[in-house]
Amino acid sequence: MKRVALKGIFGRKLRTALTAFAVVLGVAMVTGSLVLTDTMSKAFDSIFESSYQETDVVVSGRSLVDWSDEGNALVPDSLLRQVRALPDVEAAAGSILDLNSSANQAHLIDRDGEIVMGNGNPTFGLGVDPSEPRFNPLELSAGRFAQAPGEVVVDASSARTLGFSIGDGVKIAVGGPIKTFELVGIAKYGDVDTIGSATMAIFHVDEAQRLLEKPGYDVISVAGREGVSDDELLRSIAPLLPANAQVRTAAEQADADKKGVSEFISFIRYALLGFGGIALFVGAFVIFNTLSITVAQRTRELATLRTLGATPAQVLRSVVLEAFAVGLVASLAGIAAGVGLAVGLTELMAAAGLDLPRASTVFQTRTWVAGLALGTLVTLAASVAPALRATRVNAIAAVREGAVAPRGRLARSAFPISVALVVVSAATLGYGLFASDVGVATRILALVVGLLTLFVGVAMVATRLVTPLAHVLGWPGAKLGGAAGQLARGNAVRMPGRTAATAAALMIGLALVTFVTAVGNGLRQSERDAIVRQIDADYVVVSQNGWSTLPAVVGETAAEVDGVEVASSIRRERGRVLGDGVDVSGIDPATLGEVFHVEWSEGSPAALRSLGPSDAIVRKSFADEYGFATGGEFLVRTPTGLMLNLRITGVYDPPRFDSLLGSVLVSRATFDRSFSRPGDSLTLIWSGQPLSTFEDALAAYPDARVVDDETFVDDRAAEIDGILNLLYALLALSVIVSLFGMVNTLVLAVFERTREIGMLRAVGLTRRQTRRMVRHESIVTALIGAALGVPLGLLLATAVTRALAEYDLSLSIPVGALAVFALVAVLAGLAAALLPARRASRLDVLEALQYE
Amino acid sequence: MSVAELRAPEHEAPLAEAIVSIEQVSRRYGDGDTAVDALRGVSLEIERGKLTAVMGPSGSGKSTLMHILAGLDRPTAGRVVLDGVDVTGLSEKKMTLLRREKIGFVFQFFNLLPMLTAEENVLLPLSIAGRKPDEQWLEELLLTVGIADRRKHRPSELSGGQQQRVAIARALVSNPAVLFADEPTGNLDSATSKDVLHVLRNAVDDLGQTTVMVTHDAGAASMADRILFIADGRIVKDLRESTAREVIAAMQEVTGR
Repeated sequence: MKRVALKGIFGRKLRTALTAFAVVLGVAMVTGSLVLTDTMSKAFDSIFESSYQETDVVVSGRSLVDWSDEGNALVPDSLLRQVRALPDVEAAAGSILDLNSSANQAHLIDRDGEIVMGNGNPTFGLGVDPSEPRFNPLELSAGRFAQAPGEVVVDASSARTLGFSIGDGVKIAVGGPIKTFELVGIAKYGDVDTIGSATMAIFHVDEAQRLLEKPGYDVISVAGREGVSDDELLRSIAPLLPANAQVRTAAEQADADKKGVSEFISFIRYALLGFGGIALFVGAFVIFNTLSITVAQRTRELATLRTLGATPAQVLRSVVLEAFAVGLVASLAGIAAGVGLAVGLTELMAAAGLDLPRASTVFQTRTWVAGLALGTLVTLAASVAPALRATRVNAIAAVREGAVAPRGRLARSAFPISVALVVVSAATLGYGLFASDVGVATRILALVVGLLTLFVGVAMVATRLVTPLAHVLGWPGAKLGGAAGQLARGNAVRMPGRTAATAAALMIGLALVTFVTAVGNGLRQSERDAIVRQIDADYVVVSQNGWSTLPAVVGETAAEVDGVEVASSIRRERGRVLGDGVDVSGIDPATLGEVFHVEWSEGSPAALRSLGPSDAIVRKSFADEYGFATGGEFLVRTPTGLMLNLRITGVYDPPRFDSLLGSVLVSRATFDRSFSRPGDSLTLIWSGQPLSTFEDALAAYPDARVVDDETFVDDRAAEIDGILNLLYALLALSVIVSLFGMVNTLVLAVFERTREIGMLRAVGLTRRQTRRMVRHESIVTALIGAALGVPLGLLLATAVTRALAEYDLSLSIPVGALAVFALVAVLAGLAAALLPARRASRLDVLEALQYE
Repeated sequence: MSVAELRAPEHEAPLAEAIVSIEQVSRRYGDGDTAVDALRGVSLEIERGKLTAVMGPSGSGKSTLMHILAGLDRPTAGRVVLDGVDVTGLSEKKMTLLRREKIGFVFQFFNLLPMLTAEENVLLPLSIAGRKPDEQWLEELLLTVGIADRRKHRPSELSGGQQQRVAIARALVSNPAVLFADEPTGNLDSATSKDVLHVLRNAVDDLGQTTVMVTHDAGAASMADRILFIADGRIVKDLRESTAREVIAAMQEVTGR
């Protein structure tokens, strides 16, 4: 019996291969995600560990405010002298080195005078002490380290791509206008040319302190004397530390450095695994459908086995064993493909602006165990129902013409069950979306379970919808395609269950794509509305990447242009209130109201104009969260450790979707006094001068970008597109899986109807008409998938929009995109029909007629 | 379950010579106005070690009779005893085991598994039963049916006659109490039919294999020890060894009335 199952696989090669492919893609995605993120993780590990190879302990500033532009607190210069003086210390060096924040920005300028941005990659400025090479994580590949002001070393990757060589004058924008530095060396970071696609400008540490206006060090690396343990070293340094500094062993420091990156990697990992899961889920539909059809077609074979004395259990085992073998082989192929896919995913993410460090591929045991287990289990699970159906084949079917397996008890009550499933899944989704006081884990579980059962339920209900849908959707084909089109429409509804399951696989992909598009469209619209409501200016000065701050001098330069009526810069930095990080904006009380629309909840424009040194206007959501109101006082801690005591003189209520101002607004004077290195997030300008005037005026600041108000809105909204495109690419995988399902169903249908096709050919159906008949059936099936998936996606988008109503998320139906999806479905149908249509048209009429 | 368990108590045993006996068997398909009576109270005994042919026009009930004799179908009324076991009330599981132990089938369309070789097809019943094949018996069998040199071929590489020989070997491999052949020559040309019938005849003569064969071919029926004629769900004629001409005459008589 084992032989029957295993040899059956070889006897049905094409069908088995197509079925297996449905699993291969899902497994490839899962293993690819794991391989990719493990490899990234290892690359970062080696980078962070190589930073401290010969370092015993590290003194660093504490992170006082998360996500600040300032970065961690600084370690004062004086501490380095004190540490060096300790008897336990062999050597110590201070450096400017913070790869976890945007604190140390140094933008390289290419030969055309353009800022090197890549995909919004980091542009690090570093400062190292060339007299203490042992602490230096960088390794020279040519030249020497910078010794004096005006000298710089760049990373090997940038030197290569920008064509810099030693002795060149390299233009760099750091802490203000462009300056030219002499390139004295080219360096690698550890053993990689650079980290991801970051650019690095490496200065002498004293020069870096000056350029970046940092009165201290980011870290002090310390090596102990021979025989001094790390613990002893830690103990002897600890008493010297100021309040905002800490000392850790090199290993602890490396772990801390890695933390942000690790969180980012695990986010990517789970996101990619999610898409792999979707592909596997769609694959399960394909397997279920193919096995169901195969079992139906093998009725006589299975019945013969029963006449030979096979028990139902043996028949069950043979079907399950076949599925197991297919699942196992497909999983192995998927694992192999996954390693290849990891490379593809890296490219895909690079294209979407997420360039990642490259290292030799990491292939953990966990990866292949997960791939093997998932692929095999999904296949097995999908085989249970068809296998049970196979057991209901009676021996007598061996001698009866056209016998089919009787429907089981479950199949007879399928409709009520499917309706119940849809109701239960809708309730689960509703709970996940709308219930308050639910933990994140519970919410996600409710959403995932709800969504999966919804798809299964709708697929089952679809059995009843196939006939009316095919009637409507097949109408154009029946009109245009003549007899072939009419036959196609009839064929599509012959086995409604089969057509429904085939269409359902496509439905899942299209529903998710529709959902993403509708929500993305809504996000874009909300973003536009929010920005338009706030900005009231001709021009906006922002940084090239749109989110970094610009040095204050940029806004000041723009304000001095002739013909400027109003120019108002908005400073931004992070601060800490009651332990939480908040955005603090520094505004000009005199001019802000002229270029920016502030919506007041408490207070008035007067409160803005009279904003005093210790006054603050706060955002309504912030005030509500902490129970603040006008007249109340609160403390803000700055990234350098200063405390600000502020009194609330007004509460404003910006669009909740995207507020361009922070939670706390203070006057620019107060801001500049409290935060070191103040930077502007925006400068808003009223002026009759053309755009080019401002572009010329700011030519020395390549990181600055001047745009008119409309472009500003467009750019902000376009940021969502990059994410959407990435999601489309990932969802395309599940659409491809469903295509294999469609091919499979058609191939099996052609096989099953061999005699019938022979008859049609005999009575005069041409080859071309035969092809058209198969093609039209495929298109009708695909359109059914679209007709189910698109409304389902819109429904889900509506529900999610409702659930997120408090963020002002609007729903906008992307009509154009929906038309594109319908077209995609038609194309998918055409593509799926290619092979089956050819097979059908090439059948030999005589042989087909005799076919039994 | 073993064969011993399936064996009925001695006192219920039918005639020693009868290996299958049925009493007052009726079979009705469907109900109400559309009901069809395929068999109407048929009683019959099949003798051990003989080749019995069942003939009749289409729709006469001959196939139904065989399905019931073979335990593939169940009668609406009446009793079926197969090799001492009353199968009328047998559970599906016991019926399966009974088929495994006591019954061999040969089909009109051969019903070979396309992915298995000839030899693998022959051994399939043993493999299903989890029994080891007796090499000597297998050799003898393949030689008897005349496919020893074709054993590694797949069904698609064999002619119709060869395929049917494989099917016969498969039916004989587990030494069944009864071999049922459903139109075994229905899908073969006349020369090949003759060969296949000889194989069946030899199995009866040399191995003592009880065989029941449904056919509408008078030539095939003339090879039998006994020929039963069925019309309208009843046995209307019961002939001993006859020539083809006699069979045709009997057939005309049956259809004529």
